[in-house]
Amino acid sequence: MSVATGLYGVSFGALSVAAGLSIPQTVALSLLMFSGGSQFAFVGVLGAGGAAGAAVATAGLLGVRNGLYGPQVAPLLRARGWRRPLAAQLTIDESTAVATAQRDPAVGWVGFWWTGVGVFVMWNLFTLAGALVGDALGDPRRYGLDAAAAAAFLALVWPRVTGPGSRVAQVVAAGAVLVALAVTPFVPAGIPVLLAAVVAIVAGFLVRPPAPTGHDGTDDARSDADLPDADHPDADLPDADRLDPEGSP
Amino acid sequence: MSDAVTWVALLVACAVCFALKLAGHLVPEHWLAKPRVARTAALVTVALLSALVAVQAATTGRALVADARLPALAVAAVALALRAPFVVVVVLAAVTAAVLRAMGMP
Repeated sequence: MSVATGLYGVSFGALSVAAGLSIPQTVALSLLMFSGGSQFAFVGVLGAGGAAGAAVATAGLLGVRNGLYGPQVAPLLRARGWRRPLAAQLTIDESTAVATAQRDPAVGWVGFWWTGVGVFVMWNLFTLAGALVGDALGDPRRYGLDAAAAAAFLALVWPRVTGPGSRVAQVVAAGAVLVALAVTPFVPAGIPVLLAAVVAIVAGFLVRPPAPTGHDGTDDARSDADLPDADHPDADLPDADRLDPEGSP
Repeated sequence: MSDAVTWVALLVACAVCFALKLAGHLVPEHWLAKPRVARTAALVTVALLSALVAVQAATTGRALVADARLPALAVAAVALALRAPFVVVVVLAAVTAAVLRAMGMP
């Protein structure tokens, strides 16, 4: 997992610098935001010429997922005082996946902290390395770094739209692409991505909710947090509706 | 955008992301445990990432553009279908675009 996190961090560092952020800004993002999807989105929107507000909103919306992990890990951690904000900052896809995959809460506690701290250290070291490489490369287009940014987002969304039960996600993905491209000529940069999120909110309210199975949708992450999938921040924790057998008719 | 504006946006975005994480640890569990909330949040993630793919691959400013990024994205998709690791996917896309541009494609 650490090697995968490291390589992913190199990608972020290089693409962030290619998007026009400085090395200190790139490093600050990994230290303070520490959520891969939000970080890629933030630099992606700014790199495409989007307004600051659009970049903040997109990063924030992608960070909502981490908020939903809190109730899954908080009972395991029982963090109080200064440990609570620390635990919150380390609440990401991987640490949640590892912590909730354990049957024994004590093992889950160890898993959360080891994974969270380990990923944090690797992610930040390799972000710096990537930023230095990106800075040395120069013109991002010449090395195809703009295409690499698109590929990075494709890799982030891929596990969420493939596999069984992901039909709703596929429809939402297609709708989001259409909306984003259709409005691009008419609205400022950064806004198309936010408008695409409306597709998901509409779909979330229209789609038939899963039948009661004795547990809620978020619990599915607990039962299927397989480690090979927990390779890098934000990409991989299985989504509730991908896994819920009742979720997608 | 000036460096100062970028810093302000960066710090605000970091504060928002941290507040979301912390809120998950502070609010009562049943508030967030509604299946519809979890499903919608998951779909919002899918929509944002998908839109970012489209915008990064096929737009420049307000123009729709078809250039070397599209074949690079196709190569990335094939690599993902073959279960290649993240960094391999990203590097293959970059190399594809770089080679096509060196051959004269925009």
